[in-house]
Amino acid sequence: MSARIPLTLPDPGRDHTSGSADGSIKLLEYGDYECPFCGEAQPIVKEIQRRLGDDLLFAFRNFPLTNVHPYAEHAAEAAEAASAQGNFWGMHDLLFENQRALEDEDLLAYAGELGLNQTQLVRDVTSSVYAARIREDFKSGVRGGVNGTPTFFINGERYDGVFDLRYLLSALTSQKVEGIKK
Amino acid sequence: MVGLGRSPIHWDMSTITTNPSHRPVLSPGTQAPDFSLRCTPDQSVALSEFRGRPVVLAFYPADWSPVCGDQMALYNEMLDEFQEFQAELVGISVDGAWCHDAFAKQNKLHFPLLADFEPKGAIARTYGVYDEKEGTCEHALFVIDADGIIHWSYVSPIGVNPGANGILSALEDLKKKTETTAVAK
Repeated sequence: MSARIPLTLPDPGRDHTSGSADGSIKLLEYGDYECPFCGEAQPIVKEIQRRLGDDLLFAFRNFPLTNVHPYAEHAAEAAEAASAQGNFWGMHDLLFENQRALEDEDLLAYAGELGLNQTQLVRDVTSSVYAARIREDFKSGVRGGVNGTPTFFINGERYDGVFDLRYLLSALTSQKVEGIKK
Repeated sequence: MVGLGRSPIHWDMSTITTNPSHRPVLSPGTQAPDFSLRCTPDQSVALSEFRGRPVVLAFYPADWSPVCGDQMALYNEMLDEFQEFQAELVGISVDGAWCHDAFAKQNKLHFPLLADFEPKGAIARTYGVYDEKEGTCEHALFVIDADGIIHWSYVSPIGVNPGANGILSALEDLKKKTETTAVAK
């Protein structure tokens, strides 16, 4: 983590980011590929990205709850391994679209679907190359106030409102966190 | 724990409707009241058994409610971090030992859940974190030092998962304090 950037803001030097680095609205998600609520949030995030365009910088960090979600860790590692081959977001999307099929052979198939080097990806996942980075994501989340998944931070502030396009969009565009209970 | 439940404490019922937690939350510097509670259907554990290392007491309302599930699932992922401080984590709710057993199995929890079940909520009341209206513990956290003194406490608003950042900060602070004291000696 960069020392200059607060924990709850996207760090373009380190994080997986999408959108414009100059965007005035910064959305950071902590998520788990096996978490059904994160799966439900995914199309909402996509729609927000579409609507806000270059006004938005979106970043994703891993927060796998590995005891309740036995496939979440390898899924996160597969996304990191895909990132090393230049396609984090492709794998990220496929994982969320296929949350019920996250076994190692599924990850291998997604790598194939994305035209990645499957052997390399499997090697990276089975030897836990990216486990430390994922743990770093997790720890940063805990210190930043993540208390479950998904947790969103809008311009550095935790969003405790409803996971609904309308509310989230309104919180983003007003750039303030609404005090609506989950 | 039978002793505590039978102790002649007279609650002021008039305050209950206006204040869900009718006794003040035990604050830092207070000796953490000892207790012995069921951790499995046939085993009990006493707070005093943990003397010599920090203890994180996490009171939570109910085993199967989503927010608490998240909270316990989160702590379950952080046992290594707590271990770095030699801290023991225990969860406490008014659910019975069999309920805890099923909940812990379902969520693969690797730390004890204590049943503040009979008399219901007696320990939560002692710590000032019993919600009379709901009949459950509040979301309340206590970090207790190696000598059994409360170092830090926090009560989360109703329905809000308190997360773990406060616990880690308290454990760090406690570690620094312990090291400073050791140097002074």
